[in-house]
Amino acid sequence: MQTLQTVPINMYILLSAVLFSIGVFGVLLRRNAIIIFMCIELMLNAVNLLLVAFSTYLGDADGQVFVFFIMAVAAAEVAVGLAILTMIYRNTGSVDIEVLNKLKN
Amino acid sequence: MTVYLFYLLSFIAILCGLMVVVSKNPVNSVLFLIMTFFAIAGHYLLLGAQFLAAVHIIVYAGAIMVLFLYVIMMMNFNKNSEPSKTAISQIIATIAGGILLITLVGALRVSDAEIVSGTIDKSIGTVGNLGKVLFGKFLLPFEVSSLLFLAGMTGVVLLGKKNES
Repeated sequence: MQTLQTVPINMYILLSAVLFSIGVFGVLLRRNAIIIFMCIELMLNAVNLLLVAFSTYLGDADGQVFVFFIMAVAAAEVAVGLAILTMIYRNTGSVDIEVLNKLKN
Repeated sequence: MTVYLFYLLSFIAILCGLMVVVSKNPVNSVLFLIMTFFAIAGHYLLLGAQFLAAVHIIVYAGAIMVLFLYVIMMMNFNKNSEPSKTAISQIIATIAGGILLITLVGALRVSDAEIVSGTIDKSIGTVGNLGKVLFGKFLLPFEVSSLLFLAGMTGVVLLGKKNES
């Protein structure tokens, strides 16, 4: 099925760059560890979108399989990360990252 | 038609991504992130990756974000309890994010790698084709990822267990 693609790939690169920057901005801006996790998910999705775009434009299915693996790793990462956050909340009563500075002194 | 759809989905994705960062209530952040994921799934459909669009909706909107919502509800975060950072940190965060964006866009601008072809083959994203690649060339990574899930599951059970001592 050959179709004419009218959107140039540069637009997809631009969109991924903007989404990734929003994720980095959120990680630097917020103090709630759960929101920082969500911003990391946003960054992962920006990379996924770029991989799919390149895979489609180059006609190679490997990129989409990579995205599949990234989704699997992201699911495992979120499960473990949220378990760690739950334990931190149980022990300290907060998930504010400014509270978690015990390693400093 | 495709171009308008692309711009609409991009607008939704970027707007909801910004709302994830700036909204005060964590539950609102989760809902905006789900909107962003749906927009990205629309992008996948535009690119012809039907299988990935379905998996994206199922895994992200269906599993991961429900997990986030569950944890937020368990910690009772549905109020604006988060103190914001100091103004100087916020300004520095904004400048750092903006500089990263400028760097990425500048790198895109000076690169002359034009791989735009007039016609693209949209049949590579179908379930049959991806399955052939996944269970042929990538069979070993596929099996190893099951070990990753086993390790993750064990870690979650160990971490989430209440400490008896």
